Amino acid sequence: MLTIKDLHVKLEEEDKQILKGVDLTVEAGKVHAIMGPNGSGKSTLSYVLSGRDGYEVTGGEAHLGDDDLLELEPEERAAAGLFLAFQYPVEIPGVGNMTFLRTAVNAQRKARGEEEMSAAEFLKVVRARAKELKIDADMLKRPVNVGFSGGEKKRNEILQMAMLEPKMCILDETDSGLDVDAMKLVADGVNALRSEGRGFLVITHYQRLLDHIKPDVVHIMADGRIVKTGGPELALEVENNGYADILAEVA
Amino acid sequence: MAAPAEKMDTTEARIAALSMPQGGWSDAARADALARLRAMGLPNRRDEYWKFTRPDVLTQVETPSAAVLETSEAQVFSNIDALRIVFNDGVFDAEASDDLAMEHVTIDRLADTSADIHWAGSLYGQLEKSGQTPVARPLGALNTAFATDGILIHVTGKAPRPINLVYHHRAENSEAILHHVIKLDAGAELTVLETGPAAARFNKVMEVDVADTAAFHHVRAQGRDHERHAATHIFTRLGTESTFKSFTLTVNGRLTRNDCVIELTGDDAIAHVAGACVGDGDFHHDDTVFITHDALRCESRQVFKKVLRNGAVGVFQGKILVKAGAQKTDGYQISQSLLLDDDSQFLAKPELEIYADDVICSHGSTSGAIDEEALFYLRSRGVPTEIATDLLTLAFLAEAVNEIEDEGLRDALVEQLEGWLERHRG
Repeated sequence: MLTIKDLHVKLEEEDKQILKGVDLTVEAGKVHAIMGPNGSGKSTLSYVLSGRDGYEVTGGEAHLGDDDLLELEPEERAAAGLFLAFQYPVEIPGVGNMTFLRTAVNAQRKARGEEEMSAAEFLKVVRARAKELKIDADMLKRPVNVGFSGGEKKRNEILQMAMLEPKMCILDETDSGLDVDAMKLVADGVNALRSEGRGFLVITHYQRLLDHIKPDVVHIMADGRIVKTGGPELALEVENNGYADILAEVA
Repeated sequence: MAAPAEKMDTTEARIAALSMPQGGWSDAARADALARLRAMGLPNRRDEYWKFTRPDVLTQVETPSAAVLETSEAQVFSNIDALRIVFNDGVFDAEASDDLAMEHVTIDRLADTSADIHWAGSLYGQLEKSGQTPVARPLGALNTAFATDGILIHVTGKAPRPINLVYHHRAENSEAILHHVIKLDAGAELTVLETGPAAARFNKVMEVDVADTAAFHHVRAQGRDHERHAATHIFTRLGTESTFKSFTLTVNGRLTRNDCVIELTGDDAIAHVAGACVGDGDFHHDDTVFITHDALRCESRQVFKKVLRNGAVGVFQGKILVKAGAQKTDGYQISQSLLLDDDSQFLAKPELEIYADDVICSHGSTSGAIDEEALFYLRSRGVPTEIATDLLTLAFLAEAVNEIEDEGLRDALVEQLEGWLERHRG
């Protein structure tokens, strides 16, 4: 599904190498987690994969299935099936949430040569999905993320994920700014989307999200590389001992 | 004060090339306007309120040529139930117009000199004249003197449906000078819609007298024929507890100057004036607003948004004058531009002049580019750049467009905007 080979990335504006050779393969149907201390390059990895400006790939490759992600525009990556749940979802005053969702769904369908969703069909699906995430009609009507609480923003991300039905979902610190109940709600939303054909890459500082979204594989990232890979028990080790022990062990 | 010689030459040349309609009830008002025009002279670049907009093409004798827009699209408000009055190059088209009859409303034509229209006789040119101080508006005086036609509307109650003035531009070198006078009696209500390009060069005045507790709504869509030149004026006077709300959508046009002069003369009156414009390339759009608060507890609101690309220029000159004694005035003004490239320009001159000590007046003006964060967010969801840009552009204009209260009218204009954006991508 997602294959990253020896990926090197620096900041475009300054001579600072952030990723120093990341190797990672996420298979369809699996949930991989990336944990790591601040500044290890976790979020940069998610931005580079989604096509954000400001980064320069200096080496390596990243594929989603047969698509060379690094050759594609952000919207093409999305149409190819990549979805990034933002750590800080962007507020867009003046653009209604429904308009946004419908435009996105139909743009992706169009890009894939599929038929666009009718207004009635879209409304039916979005209402059902929103209900599962406890997103009320008012939140759907309001401008995208404007005035949403932290939890509402993250639920709105998961709603977008549910509507767009991507092949590969990257969650960038989705647990940040969430209380326990909100995290449970978001995790339930993600778990409902787990399926054989879909891969997940969950980026997080803390083990607690992984109590709710059970990973198949856990990677530890430090200084721009994946330094250790293991099963769910690796996350528990981090929770109990912090990163220092692991980093000392691989150094 | 006598105007300088060069200015006088331009003015006299222009006057000599025009002919004044004669023999009707408006003769005295026209003669008075002509005398005033001669005294002030037509505008030039040295005039304080013409520094950002070159008036030459509006004042020169020769009518500039403008290609006629070829389109089979229905006019913007064709789905709105309204009484339609049609002008072709400034000439009334009886056949294309509806019967000029509506409950609580009498409608006459300015060109109909045989009619004895007492109310219009005492109003024609009066609000325009009053609006000449403290800032001269020579093109308004020229209009009063030389207008060839226009509509005179007297409203005595609640008009059952809007009046839609539909303008068609038919000839490449046409010139139209139209003067509308609208009088709303106490408690009366009327909505006037204006659509379409009127002529290659268009000079229009609309005088609106809003009596106590009356309400006037105005929504216009200035056509999208690329080459037209237009100067329009609204002069309005508001009585106690009356309401005036005007919104203008402008798409394209080489030069469009919209003056709006509002006098709040009765207590507790409300005046809102708003505009949204989108320009691409050879486009110059100027909104010049002057609002005088001369009564207690009046509210005025100016909301202007401009989207400019490929060297388009937007101008906003907005003034709030609060006279001594106009206590508890609530004045608000915002003008903003979205510059889609480095070549486009927005020139803004907000002015507040306040002689009362217990008022709230605020103003703001900004220029900005597309929000890159929002753009990336949309793209990351699969929305192509050009569609994402359109969405963000419409979102930017929404604050102005939402000033239109009627949802049907608002939707009609948003559809126009969407069409324009789609045609002007990339």
